[in-house]
Amino acid sequence: MIRSDAPVLLEVRDLRASVDDQPILHGVNLTIRAGEIHAVMGRNGSGKSTLSKVLAGHPAYTVTGGSVTYRGQDLLELEPEQRARIGLFLGFQYPVEIPGVSNLEFLRVATNARRQERGETELDTFAFEDLVNTRLAVVQMDPAFLERSVNEGFSGGEKKRNEILQMALLEPVVAILDETDSGLDIDALRIVAGGVNQLASPDNATLLITHYQRLLDLITPDHVHVMAAGRILRSGGPELAHELERIGYDWVDQELALTEVG
Amino acid sequence: MTSTAVGDLVAQPYKYGFVTDIETEKIAKGLSEDVVRLISAKKDEPAFLLEFRLRAYRQWLQMQEPDWAALGYPPIDYQDIIYYAAPKQQAKKASLDEVDPKLLETFDKLGIPLSEQKRLSNVAVDAVFDSVSIATTFKEQLAEHGVIFCSISEAVKEYPGLVERYLGTVVSSNDNYFAALNSAVFSDGSFVFIPKGVECPMELSTYFRINSGDTGQFERTLIVAEDGASVSYLEGCTAPMFDTNQLHAAVVELVALDDASIKYSTVQNWYAGDEHGVGGIYNFVTKRGQCRGARSKISWTQVETGSAITWKYPSCVLQGADSVGEFYSVALTNNRQQADTGTKMIHVGPRTRSTIVSKGISAGHSVNSYRGLVQIGPKAVGAKNYSQCDSMLIGDQAGANTYPYIRSQQSDAVVEHEASTCRLSADQLFYLQSRGIGFEEAVSMMVSGFCRDVFNQLPMEFAAEADKLLALKLEGSVG
Ligand SMILES: Nc1ncnc2c1ncn2[C@@H]1O[C@H](COP(=O)(O)OP(=O)(O)OP(=O)(O)O)[C@@H](O)[C@H]1O
Ligand SMILES: [Mg+2]
Repeated sequence: MIRSDAPVLLEVRDLRASVDDQPILHGVNLTIRAGEIHAVMGRNGSGKSTLSKVLAGHPAYTVTGGSVTYRGQDLLELEPEQRARIGLFLGFQYPVEIPGVSNLEFLRVATNARRQERGETELDTFAFEDLVNTRLAVVQMDPAFLERSVNEGFSGGEKKRNEILQMALLEPVVAILDETDSGLDIDALRIVAGGVNQLASPDNATLLITHYQRLLDLITPDHVHVMAAGRILRSGGPELAHELERIGYDWVDQELALTEVG
Repeated sequence: MTSTAVGDLVAQPYKYGFVTDIETEKIAKGLSEDVVRLISAKKDEPAFLLEFRLRAYRQWLQMQEPDWAALGYPPIDYQDIIYYAAPKQQAKKASLDEVDPKLLETFDKLGIPLSEQKRLSNVAVDAVFDSVSIATTFKEQLAEHGVIFCSISEAVKEYPGLVERYLGTVVSSNDNYFAALNSAVFSDGSFVFIPKGVECPMELSTYFRINSGDTGQFERTLIVAEDGASVSYLEGCTAPMFDTNQLHAAVVELVALDDASIKYSTVQNWYAGDEHGVGGIYNFVTKRGQCRGARSKISWTQVETGSAITWKYPSCVLQGADSVGEFYSVALTNNRQQADTGTKMIHVGPRTRSTIVSKGISAGHSVNSYRGLVQIGPKAVGAKNYSQCDSMLIGDQAGANTYPYIRSQQSDAVVEHEASTCRLSADQLFYLQSRGIGFEEAVSMMVSGFCRDVFNQLPMEFAAEADKLLALKLEGSVG
C-alpha cells in the first residue's frame, strides 16, 4: 500500500543537464517517497541513463538548472562518493571493468565507506568475508567472482549480478537500477528481481529503469514514468507499463509536438 | 572528473626537497686526468684502482654521449660539474655516536633512522651522503655470518683482492659513455659479499642522498654472491629541490655464482624537477647482473618515480646453464619527466629463462618509454623469455612508448611478448566514487592495482613503502 504521507526521499525539480554543452535533460520532475518502487521507461536515447548519472554525480554532466533534494539535503552540491555514502546507489547500465583492483577489496572499501558514514564499525577482511558471503546468497553468485578484478572479464549478466551484490552490501536508501535486467537470462532475471524485492523495505525506495514488462511482472512498481526527449512525459500506475507494451512509443511524438508548441 | 583534475592529483609536493646545511669539502669544477688522480689520492687508493680510473677516463674521452633514447635535454657541460664532495668529517667513524648529528638527523628526516634505538630491526643500512658513505648498520652482526657489507671505499682498503677480482668484470669501463665516466670518477657506493653457502640473515639496503647542488653523483655498487649464497638488497634515493639539474651516473654490478641468488630492488625518488620541468636529477645508470654460475638467479625490481631524466636498463647476462633473470619495473612519470627504461636479457647458457614485467604510468606532459632487448645466443638451447609491458596513461597529454627488441639465434627458443596500453578513465574513477570511494583513494587503488605484479616482488618491508610512495605521488588537491 502506498502511503502518500511517507517521507520524501528524493525530490527532483525541473532538472536540466547537458554534456559537452549539449542539453540532454530538459526539466525532469520526480518525487520518490519511502517504500515506493518507481519504473522509468522510454525510448533509447530519451535520457534515462543521463538522469541516473546526473543524480549520482558523474563529472561529465553539467547541471544547468533545477534542483535535487535528497532527504531534505541538496544532493547536487555533494561529491559522488558522498552521495553514495549517504545512501544513493546507481546500478550501472554498463558497469566498467577495473583491471588490477580486486573485487573483494573494492567491495570491502566501499562497504566500509558506507558503514563509516552510518557510524558503524569498519569491517576487517575476516568480518567482511562473513558479511559478503551472506550477501552473495541473495544474488546466488559464486564466491569465485570475489577473487577476480572488478568486473574484469565478467559476462554481461555477471556484471549485473555484481551490481546487485554491491547494492546488497551498501544497503542504499534510494537505489537506481539502470537496465539491470538487460542481458540477464530468465533464471538470472528471477534471481536479480528476487534480490531487489528482498532488499526493498518501507524505509527505502527503488527506481528501476527498464524497457521490459517482464521485469515489472516480477517487481511491481507503484509508479511508472515515461521519459522522452529529456523529460518525464507521462506518469501513471503499473497499468501504464502494460499499455506501453501494447501500443509502443508512437504517441510520444505527437505529445512531444504538442508540448514543444506549448 | 576531467583529465586536469587527475593531473592536479598526481602533482604532489616533493617531501624530500630540503637541504642539509653542513660543511662540505669539494674540489674545483671540471674533469681532467688530474681530477681523476685527485679523487683517487683523496681516497688513498691502491695503484690498481687508479689505473682502472685512468683507463676509463681515457676511454671516456674517446666516446660519444648516446642519443638513441627517447629523451630530450640540453647538452650537459661536463666541465661545469664538481666531481667530488664530502661532508667535512674526518675518516669514517667507527661508531655512530661520532657521526655528525646533522647527518643522522637528515636520515631520520628521510625516514631512515640509523641510531641503535630507532633503526629497522631486520634491515642493515649503508647511508651514503653526497659522495661518501657515512654509516653502515649491523656490520658486526653480518660479519658473524661472513657477510661483508660496507662502503666500496672501505672495501677497497679492507678487501682490495675481492674488489680487484670483481670490479669492472660485469660492466667494463668502456661499456658505455656514462659507465666510463662513472668508472673514472666514482666516489662511493656499497659493497656486498656473501660467501659460499650463506643466506644473508637480513635485508641489506643502501640509501643514497644527494645534498650539494652543483655536484655530480657517481656511485658504484658491487654485489657478489658465491656458490649457493643468497641476498636481498634494496636501494633508495632522494635529493633536495634545486632549480638546476644534477647529473647522477651510477654503476651497479652483480655477480652470482653457482646456485646463488641476488634480489636487487630499487625505490628511486630523486627530485624530479617542478611542473615546468625546471630542475631535477639526470639519472643515467648502468645496472647489470651476471649469472655466472649454473642455476643462479638475479632479479631486478625497480620502482622509479623520480628524476627529470631516467636512462636505465638493469640487465642480466645469463651465462650459467639453467640460470634465471627477472626484471620487474614500475616507472611513474609526471609533469615534464622523461623516462627511457627497460632491461636487457642476454641468454648465453642453455635452458636459461627470463621474465620481464614492466608497468609504465605516465601523467602530465611526461614521456615514459620501455626499451628492452631479449637476446638468445647460439648456445642458449631451450632458452625461454616472457615479457609483459603495460602502460597506463593519466590525462591526455602524456606519452607512452614501447620498444621491444628480440634477437634470437636459437630456433627452439620460446620468446613471448605481451603489451597493453590503458587509460585511467573518468568512467572507472566515477564507478569507484559512486560506491563511496574518495577520488584520491580511487586513483590510488587503480594505480596500485596496475602495479601489483611488481609490488608483489618487493621485499615485504618495502612493498608497503612503495605503495605509499605512489600514493604520495598521487596525493594532492582534487581539482
Ligand atoms: N557523454 C555523452 N556525450 C554525448 N552525448 C551523450 C552523452 N551521454 C548521453 N548522450 C546523449 O544523450 C542522449 C540520452 O542518452 P541516455 O544514455 O541518457 O539515453 P537512455 O534513455 O539511457 O537510452 P537507452 O535506452 O538506449 O539506454 C542520447 O542521445 C545520447 O547520445
Ligand atoms: Mg540508458
